[in-house]
Amino acid sequence: MTMIVTHFFLQGYWWIIISLLAGLLVFLMFVQGGQSMLFSLPADDMQKTMIVNALGRKWEFTFTTLVTFGGAFFASFPLFYASSFGGAYWVWMAILFSFVIQAVAYEYRSKPANVLGQKTYDIFLLINGSLGPFLIGVAVATFFTGSQFSLNNLNQVQWQTQWHGLEALLNIRNLSLGLAVLFLVRVNGLLYIINSIDDETILKRSRKRLTLNSILFLVFFLFFVITLLVSQGFASDPETGFVSLVKFKYLKNLVQMPLVLILFLLGVVSVLYGIAATIFSGSRKGIWFTGSGTVLAVFSLFLAAGFNNTAFYPSTYDLQSSLTIRNASSSHFTLKTMMYVSFFIPFVIAYIWYSWKSISKRKITEDEMRSEGHKY
Amino acid sequence: MIENVDLSLVDWSRAQFALTAIYHWFFVPLTLGLSFLIAFMETIYVRTGDERWKRLTRFWMTLFGINFAIGVATGIILEFEFGTNWSNYSWFVGDIFGAPLAIEGILAFFIESTFIAVMFFGWGKVGKKFHLLSTWLVAIGASLSALWILVANAWMENPVGMIFNPETARNEMVSFWAVLFNEVAVGKFIHTISSGFVLASMFVIGVSSWFLIKKREEFLATRSILIAAIFGLLASVTLIYTGDTSARTLAKVQPMKFAAFEALYDGKDNAGLVAIGVLKNSGEKIDEKEVSDFVFKFEIPGFLSVMTGGSRDTFVPGIRDLVSGNSERGIMSVAEKIERGKYAGAVLAEYKKAREQNDHAKVEELKMKFMDTVFRDEYFRYFGYSFLKSPSDAIPSVPVAFYSFHIMVMLGFFFVLVFALSLFFLFRGTLIGNRWFLWVALFSIPLPYIAGELGWVVAEMGRQPWIIQDLMPVSAAVSNIKAGSVIVTFILFAVLFTALLVAEISIMVRQIKKGPKH
Repeated sequence: MTMIVTHFFLQGYWWIIISLLAGLLVFLMFVQGGQSMLFSLPADDMQKTMIVNALGRKWEFTFTTLVTFGGAFFASFPLFYASSFGGAYWVWMAILFSFVIQAVAYEYRSKPANVLGQKTYDIFLLINGSLGPFLIGVAVATFFTGSQFSLNNLNQVQWQTQWHGLEALLNIRNLSLGLAVLFLVRVNGLLYIINSIDDETILKRSRKRLTLNSILFLVFFLFFVITLLVSQGFASDPETGFVSLVKFKYLKNLVQMPLVLILFLLGVVSVLYGIAATIFSGSRKGIWFTGSGTVLAVFSLFLAAGFNNTAFYPSTYDLQSSLTIRNASSSHFTLKTMMYVSFFIPFVIAYIWYSWKSISKRKITEDEMRSEGHKY
Repeated sequence: MIENVDLSLVDWSRAQFALTAIYHWFFVPLTLGLSFLIAFMETIYVRTGDERWKRLTRFWMTLFGINFAIGVATGIILEFEFGTNWSNYSWFVGDIFGAPLAIEGILAFFIESTFIAVMFFGWGKVGKKFHLLSTWLVAIGASLSALWILVANAWMENPVGMIFNPETARNEMVSFWAVLFNEVAVGKFIHTISSGFVLASMFVIGVSSWFLIKKREEFLATRSILIAAIFGLLASVTLIYTGDTSARTLAKVQPMKFAAFEALYDGKDNAGLVAIGVLKNSGEKIDEKEVSDFVFKFEIPGFLSVMTGGSRDTFVPGIRDLVSGNSERGIMSVAEKIERGKYAGAVLAEYKKAREQNDHAKVEELKMKFMDTVFRDEYFRYFGYSFLKSPSDAIPSVPVAFYSFHIMVMLGFFFVLVFALSLFFLFRGTLIGNRWFLWVALFSIPLPYIAGELGWVVAEMGRQPWIIQDLMPVSAAVSNIKAGSVIVTFILFAVLFTALLVAEISIMVRQIKKGPKH
């Protein structure tokens, strides 16, 4: 197969894939959102078991998406992988820790002789559920607010603070996106639980918590979006690659890329509709709207971060070290090879969908928990 | 650029990666092998409809699940550590190295993690055939995952299919097929998954033997041993065969590693293969490096030459030949390689300078130089050597390589014996009463774990000082962070992994004692 594709097309193509994976990842973090309420949502142990099992049947999808997101980012924009991971060391390490303890927690928590005791594993789930989404949100916020690093002429990163990434926690805009992501995944977690567990008490308790979490999400989300739209952004000259600060850059990006704006608005409306339908008309299908809205909103935010000649990983220390989809990408050959690989993605999504459906035909109930052979 | 690299940073970064890799490899091989054994067992259940086979399948599946999660947990760290701890590496070769990791995620890991959910939760919810298919897909997905990771690792042993781009200061892929069908990759993949099959077979035989010792679960134990022994025997023979062919490839692409694990200092024709030996410090030195000598050795005459070149006349270069050079045999000295590497580095520096001064003519001229095959093959390929302080830096630890390799090989032959005897006693009908053999089988469970870890020690420590053979030493690959940060994360990981390992073993033992529950 021969295809004439330009390098710029491929860079854009891969940025779209990365953005899509990011959207799917944030949606799938409903698992984390559910985990973050493990000690407050269930009224007794049986309810906790049902919630853990509802979430536990999906944790691997989130985890695999995270691994794939990392791998795809490495393959398509290796300079980001090298600069951000090697520079903002502590943020990424903290994220990693929170995911390591998750992987085992489900499998081990209810097994006899698990040494650390069920409570420890549940605390692992709580830490992963709270810290993971929050820190990922903070890390992603630096795509818009910038970090302090420079690249030498061999493209090797020098991080310019002693804190190696933790300094991102001092920026109120980063914090607001971190908290917005945390409350969004909690909303999605509640909606997923409402959708997949047949238990009156759990339903009631979930609905009760949905309102507060939605309001908190909206507060932090709106704060982030409004400050984003009025802030300066990092523009890259398409001819020379020269990076400069431009007023209202992200607002301009949305206006100049109306499709992205439409996707973003559709996403936000869909998120809100899913929540509203659940709160006001008792629907149990809210997850489908809020979930797909999450994918769209995150997807379009990523597009706004990288397209329209914008530096997607800006350096506030040295503007010219900022990463753009042009200077940070893999070679033409690698991007093209990976594009062929990406043609398998719809097939992957199809079999995930089919398998997911086939084992989730029935909702989770107390009876099933008593008879299930493989229970978390 | 990396003149002031902190050695303790390099050591701690290596220690952290080694720690993660060692723990990862405690769990992955069992996943690789047990998934296939379960698939065989479930196939028999679906074909015969015999509920006893279903019970047996589900028993091993429970153990599989306990093991799987922790393998996944340690795997994600390895992937991200390339970025966090080896960021200069990630840029220098990310254009080639990132692709297999991404493909692993997209094409393999998703198969594994999707169908594992069906495998565990699909009993009674999906049809028997779809369930069986899912079990098979988990096994295939796990091996495909291994394929892509090993392709990436093989590239570090034998970098192929790329050229260096001075503009971006990195290597760029020019042939995907060269990377995929790298001669090291093919052998390494088969050898490594076979080792997983062997480990899982030994695990199943050992656990089943325990049931027989305790006079429990006779059907489960004997049937499991039958399947595991056949699978294990085939896998262990493959393991030895691919070990042999890998050694031949190694002699060609990594002669220093090869000489180190044979502790061969002076090259010769008709070189013997050391079957068993004990090393001591000879008191001699090559630069600052101690030279090892044999206290005693048992050698198979001429066999090393035959193994590498097919005949006794084949010259096998020793460590001294490789360090000091041997003009008679056309071997270049490390000192010469350092000079050539430095020259390549100087050309790169000149290029960067011309770039900064906007000297377009010079830039174009030097760019052509990087396209020139003579420059590439005779100079730039030794780029990594420019970072070495002295020629002896090119020598890995000989005792580590020697003992790891020899213990691994001896264990490999022992596994063939255990599998063959298992089948022999099983067919004679004397297995159940043969208590000494059952005990041997039980206590053999840890041995493939040891052999597998040693295999990685040979591969990775035997490659030192290189992270990518000849192209980049570990000292040039590390991230620009404080050693103190890495020490902290190392300790955190060490404590966490150890706690999880203890928990895993404890849960596993309890589940085995409980036996199948259905």
